Amino acid sequence: MRAFEFVRADTADAAVRTVAAHPEAKFLGGGTNLVDLMKLGVERPDLLVDVTRLPFGSVDVEPGGTVRIGTNVRNSALAAHPAVRTGLPVLSQALLAGASGQLRNMATVGGNLLQRTRCVYFQDVTKPCNKREPGSGCPARQGVHRNLAILGASEDCLATHPSDLAVALAALDARVAITGPDGNRDIPLAQLHRLPGDHPEQDTTLRHGDLITSITVPPLAFAERSAYRKVRDRASYAFAVASVAAALDVDDGVVRDIRLAFGAVAHKPWRAHAAEEALRGQPATAASFRAAAETELAAAETLRDNGFKVPLIINIIVRTLGDLAGERS
Amino acid sequence: MSVTHIGAVGSDLGRIEGPAKVTGEARYAAEQDHLHDVAYVWPVQSRIAKGTVRWIDDDPIRALPQVLAVLTPDNAPRLQPPDDGELAVLQSRTVSYRGQFVAAVVAQTLETAREAAGQLQVDYDSESHDVQLTADHSQLYRPGEPDAGFVSDTDEGDVDAALETAAFSVDHTYETPAQHNNPMEPHATLAVWDGDELTLYDSNQGAYSVQQSLAKLFGLDPAAVHVLNEHVGGGFGSKGTARPNAVLAAMAARVVQRPVKLALHRHHMFAVVGYRTPTIQRIRLGADADGRLSAIAHDVVEQTSTVLEFVEQTAVATRLLYAAPNRRTTHRIARLDVPTPRWMRAPGECPGMYALESAMDELAIECGLDPIEVRIRNEPHCDPETGKPWSSRSLVECLHRGADLFGWAERDPRPATRTEGSWQVGTGVAASTYPAYAAASSATARADADGTYRVRITASDIGTGARTALTQIAAGALHVPTDLVRVDIGDSAFGQATIAGGSMGTASWGWAVTKACVELREEVERRGDIPGDGIEVRAETSAEIKARTGYTFQGFGAQFAEARVNVDTGEVRVPRLLGMFGVGRIINPRTARSQLIGGMTMGLSMALHEEGVLDPAFGDYVNHDLAEYHVATCADVTDIRAQWLDEQDQHVNPMGSKGIGEIGIVGTAAAVANAVHHASGVRIRDLPIRLDKLLGRLPTRIG
Repeated sequence: MRAFEFVRADTADAAVRTVAAHPEAKFLGGGTNLVDLMKLGVERPDLLVDVTRLPFGSVDVEPGGTVRIGTNVRNSALAAHPAVRTGLPVLSQALLAGASGQLRNMATVGGNLLQRTRCVYFQDVTKPCNKREPGSGCPARQGVHRNLAILGASEDCLATHPSDLAVALAALDARVAITGPDGNRDIPLAQLHRLPGDHPEQDTTLRHGDLITSITVPPLAFAERSAYRKVRDRASYAFAVASVAAALDVDDGVVRDIRLAFGAVAHKPWRAHAAEEALRGQPATAASFRAAAETELAAAETLRDNGFKVPLIINIIVRTLGDLAGERS
Repeated sequence: MSVTHIGAVGSDLGRIEGPAKVTGEARYAAEQDHLHDVAYVWPVQSRIAKGTVRWIDDDPIRALPQVLAVLTPDNAPRLQPPDDGELAVLQSRTVSYRGQFVAAVVAQTLETAREAAGQLQVDYDSESHDVQLTADHSQLYRPGEPDAGFVSDTDEGDVDAALETAAFSVDHTYETPAQHNNPMEPHATLAVWDGDELTLYDSNQGAYSVQQSLAKLFGLDPAAVHVLNEHVGGGFGSKGTARPNAVLAAMAARVVQRPVKLALHRHHMFAVVGYRTPTIQRIRLGADADGRLSAIAHDVVEQTSTVLEFVEQTAVATRLLYAAPNRRTTHRIARLDVPTPRWMRAPGECPGMYALESAMDELAIECGLDPIEVRIRNEPHCDPETGKPWSSRSLVECLHRGADLFGWAERDPRPATRTEGSWQVGTGVAASTYPAYAAASSATARADADGTYRVRITASDIGTGARTALTQIAAGALHVPTDLVRVDIGDSAFGQATIAGGSMGTASWGWAVTKACVELREEVERRGDIPGDGIEVRAETSAEIKARTGYTFQGFGAQFAEARVNVDTGEVRVPRLLGMFGVGRIINPRTARSQLIGGMTMGLSMALHEEGVLDPAFGDYVNHDLAEYHVATCADVTDIRAQWLDEQDQHVNPMGSKGIGEIGIVGTAAAVANAVHHASGVRIRDLPIRLDKLLGRLPTRIG
């Protein structure tokens, strides 16, 4: 590990100024991913600015129903929050499907969104990786890619985003509040993460020194009828091989509205707009769920070992939406 | 007053070192902190799979602050040539596999050593490598001697002719992937030189064996090498001999003339400590109309490295499990540019019984027989290979008793007929077996005037409860309560003793302890008192071990599994596992249960999760940490039970006990695979049983 300095920020402005002034500085939240990557030599900051003492540690339900989640809220605390448990089951379920109890107690919501890919080549500094070392190549395309992207990948990168939380937030049209060297801004979560394209080294649209301060989840009338279904290679403590976040509004057997996002299939949480569009106004049946899922997955590009994700995603969409539709009746 | 030997053999005495372990008082090798000038060594691993180190740019690294030395193949101390090429650390510029140690950095702090090692520039002349095992690999050959002294091939009768005329037959190929030992405590060593005397605090399964190896390597009298392993956090075979960490730490300590510590990183463990070879196993079974086997053939293909010929004895259990007049087993091996495979829990029996017991399930279906019945019909009355009688064999009783407890009688044999929601449900059974080995060992027993007793033996407690079991055995032999007996282990100064391996620790050490303690008791009784300077007796068991012939000594068991397969996703869950074992006398039911369910858990993990994923382009196992190399979590293991028969065996050893460290992993994967077939109708013949292997083959029930 490269020797680094450590400071604890007292204010958000000071944190941003300090990181902005040091090109190789990083914000430190729970450290559950960054510190691991530092040990592996994948991340080599010369300065860590601990932001966990900043006053962004609460979950507030605003008048009108928007839920504002401070960036420093721990995953376990958010999952257990009454407003989340009852009002946003998809969010609570996604959080509890991630990592282990110990990790959820440490991990912060802001840090969770900024996790880096689990691709084995990215994590091994003795091998090429365009994300870690732009231009060095991507061994995954020929090599080990069973759990890599089937949607939105590029020639340069097949990485997937590992967060469960982000998939639920994508389905819920969450927004992200950012403070940075150029002031404050508020963007849709959908614009936080990006597809790899020619620049897989850029996971997000954040600039150096940008600090996420909160995440807001706007009110959604049918959010109580939502669920997160995660498929993984063991019963606990594993990243998804495929996941679905869904909220469904059914009226008299017809889909009135729907929110749908997938995890572990792309460089970002994948909001399934095409499937949503295809389902609105359609009968809430397995056949239409399947047709909509197939519409979304028509764009999938699979490799030697990850083609199974297509039927897997389709099956869990059909099952999850079927279960949600059944709850209504 | 009646004498009760509290905690003597058969009672569930708690682990003697348990409180020390849970309070952190017990110190493992890397936790020794009584020395003040300890330096740290960090290995540099090869980035090619085959070739030569051309040049190492060590000067810039040597100039870094806090760096004490850079060891390379050019400047490392010369060693005597070892039997195990993996111990010839930094003795040549040849690179035999990716991840092999090619240099090392010694520094005043761990962080500096690791960072500097990462910066060390090593240039190579690389050659094309061959790392992929295939059933028809052009380099396959018949090896000299598989592990544990077995022959590579056996052939009795005429298998081919018998298969031609069999009423029922099975001919399938089963595959198991590379599986990696991951004890919680990594391999670790603290090496301390005092002149020409070497002390090693080392995490291993046998301090005596490591002492002998290190003495030979460094050209020392064994008495000049002192190896301590008071507490060891697991090994599973990967610590069965000295490993490169011990050699590198000792070398580094000699060069910098300070104590040097090395705890391997999890990544290192996927390269340098051994793993289970991948196997490709063809099984052919022929049976008559009644399901009685006429032929068994088991042909194994597996790999080793160019550093050492290690041959896993995969087909050996097939030689003795079932009666059949025509039997053939073969092992063929390819030397590839891969890390050296080595022992992992039940080497041989574990992968071999996955294949054989899967094939037996397939045969039962072919014959239309219950899988338990087909096994019972093929029960041999003596060891089919040697003709020797069994010292005891309880497979049939294990099958019956296990079936009763598991509720097997109500089982509908038809596959893919039971569902609960999205889950298909099924059950499976498989046999388990493992030899009851014993090896010569020595022990010292001492009676002191204050009425206490002390036993010393170079045993290793790798988490098994060996210290506790030996205390019970000693107390039983001395006819005193356990709290008057102290058993000291984990110190090569206590003399020759075998390793914690081959499930023979308790049997072998217990034999020596029994002999020493019985002699001591008789001496105390003869004298009538204990003098002020005590009485000490030393015993050694090579004569007893040599005389241990005339029987086949083997433990048996039956494993039952319930599996659920999700029709949407192919996810597999195993809500129930039951193992019933006939393993002689149980010394301590508490630690025995832990051993057995630990083995079964590892077998479940093998069935569903464990797989070293090789990248053919680079030649290494890429999923080299516990996030990517999956082992079963608590959530994967729900209702798991291990029980045993009251098996009496007067021939096996004085305690009447058979080893239990490994049998628990044998057969579990077959029971799970058989249950998955019963649930889903899909037969998976290559482990692990991953969801993507099942997904496309399950019925579509949606819509």
